[in-house]
Amino acid sequence: MRKQDWLNEKYPQQSERAQRFSTISDMEVDPIYAPDDLNGSNLEGIGFPGEYPYTRGVYPSMYRGKYWTMRQFAGFGTPEDTNQRFKLLLSEGQTGLSTAFDMPVLMGYDPDHPRSLGEVGREGVSVSTIKDMERLFDDIPLDKVSTSMTVNCTASVLLAMYIAVADKQDIPRNKLSGTIQNDMLKEYIAQKEWICPPEPAVRIVTDMIEFCTKEVPRWHAVSISGYHIREAGSTAVQELAFTLADGIGYVQAAIERGLEVDDFAPRLSFFFDIHNDFFEEIAKLRAARRMWAKIMKERFGAKNPRSLLMRTHCQTAGVSLTAQQPVNNVVRVAIQALAGVLGGTQSLHTNSMDETLALPTEASVMVALRTQQIIAEESGVANIVDPLGGSWAVEALTDRMEKDACAYIDRIDELGGIIPAINMGYPQKEIADSAYRYQQQLDAKEKVIVGVNAHEIPEERPMETLKIHPEVERSQIAQVKQVKQERDSAQAEEHLSRVHAAARNGQNLMPVLIDAVKAYCTVGEISDVYREVFGVYQDPAWL
Amino acid sequence: MSEEKVLRILVAKAGLDGHDRGAKIIARTLRDAGFEVIYTGLHQTPEMIAEAAVQEDVDAVGLSMLSGAHMTLFPAVIDALKERGADDIAVFGGGIVPADDMPELKKAGVREVFTPGVSTQEIVEWIRNNIEPRTAV
Repeated sequence: MRKQDWLNEKYPQQSERAQRFSTISDMEVDPIYAPDDLNGSNLEGIGFPGEYPYTRGVYPSMYRGKYWTMRQFAGFGTPEDTNQRFKLLLSEGQTGLSTAFDMPVLMGYDPDHPRSLGEVGREGVSVSTIKDMERLFDDIPLDKVSTSMTVNCTASVLLAMYIAVADKQDIPRNKLSGTIQNDMLKEYIAQKEWICPPEPAVRIVTDMIEFCTKEVPRWHAVSISGYHIREAGSTAVQELAFTLADGIGYVQAAIERGLEVDDFAPRLSFFFDIHNDFFEEIAKLRAARRMWAKIMKERFGAKNPRSLLMRTHCQTAGVSLTAQQPVNNVVRVAIQALAGVLGGTQSLHTNSMDETLALPTEASVMVALRTQQIIAEESGVANIVDPLGGSWAVEALTDRMEKDACAYIDRIDELGGIIPAINMGYPQKEIADSAYRYQQQLDAKEKVIVGVNAHEIPEERPMETLKIHPEVERSQIAQVKQVKQERDSAQAEEHLSRVHAAARNGQNLMPVLIDAVKAYCTVGEISDVYREVFGVYQDPAWL
Repeated sequence: MSEEKVLRILVAKAGLDGHDRGAKIIARTLRDAGFEVIYTGLHQTPEMIAEAAVQEDVDAVGLSMLSGAHMTLFPAVIDALKERGADDIAVFGGGIVPADDMPELKKAGVREVFTPGVSTQEIVEWIRNNIEPRTAV
């Protein structure tokens, strides 16, 4: 019997509890899926893990070889505060570091700048000089850990500092491994922390891809990120489409620079959000791998199989957590983390239950890390590769995500690529529309959030949260002032003028930046050079 | 019959944080509810916000704050309004603000702070019940 016949003849539609069933992204789903949802060619496309088009995973043995990297994003207060949290996480079995920087770092200001007032060390660690970077990684062997740094418009400066610290410790650059987010395109689309307009920003990203390919071969110079796109309110399909469109943008720029696609493509990495809708998220990751493999092979002619692999980090959806009954967030995070694992992620951050209230406490970070360890070591899901492969529902949803995301990418191609699309506000508008629609669905209770618009408790006891002491700001201001006073100021000036010259004449910025941070030039000073040479981007402020 | 003045509201994003999902949803919601809405765009200093509030002759400023800098930036906006002789412009806000910080913010003159999970109707209702037109027409 065919699915449609069964639905027509046997399925009791009138007894359904809702008029319409859709994912959290409002993608309608069928009551059942059956073999006729998959035509033969798609079934063939599923293939095996570690084989093109990698729908089932990028490696043949996946988590039977090794578990995903458990990588908790951490950063707050002074470099010492964060260094201590890093060491705790490493001692508790975390396998990679991930650094959160404060708003002044993310926007290119030193702690003593008036615009940094009230923001120093608040939602990430404060770093403005190489001295801060040395304090941040004190006693952590840079040749042994892999470090992720979440920073974008000032990524070039922070990477220069990380390399400079390693140079000072005589650690060869080819021993450094890690990732720097450095995805500026999604900043204009979603997270909106920037210095200069998209064209020069992509030029700096390309400098970094070029430099790392030659000098720091185990480093991922860009982590092409859907996370922020989703958190800004996109649907799963939009997250998938805009992320891959950004990826296409970077590959295109690097090829135009004269790089060989197979030289740099294996070091591109990705970063996705894992939201509440279990099967939609699993399908999204499976579709993402397949689409990227096809894009690299067909659009860019990559020959090296490693160029076709989409390796991704995932983070559970911060936006899904509730301030109401926050302990419930532990359950949300567990379900999302499980979807990330069943979707085949290479690395995972699980959010802490208190993150809608403040940065997480030590106790709640431990629950989040233990959630991953329980999935890995107790649930058994890591023992079978792509256990949902061949599920009619999951395969049909995977096909659907791919089809819908491809339609968006076609539209962006028609607009002339991702930068023109951003400049006309296309992805921004699509996301804002989705965010508004979802809020309306929540207000109308068409979508449910437990504890918020269903199953509420009237009075709740507030949870203990992490407090950032105002002393952090004062001490970081004192630190940067002291560095500026003690350094050889003529030498610092000379290095800043070299950065200025490289920014203007198109020479790769990374070597001059590494020298500049060694001479104690600051994040704010180098960002000022960028502001002067490239100008400051203005948000079009669409509603 | 006197015609009721339509409330003018400035939705503002203070500080360095760029997360504007909430600010944009609120701005659209208030516009759809019949208010006149002006959105500042991102990365505004307290002075820029106060200046825009005065220039645009608004009745209230709604600040979106997610970066943890609320204890600095809310009072700074209120001070900047005072400096411009515009302390009758009501300041309210929304975002990630722990309950512990509320009393001090209210003392500083913040009229209300909406935290995650509140429905957009509640915000609209609150404005209708609590914000008066600044100058009688």
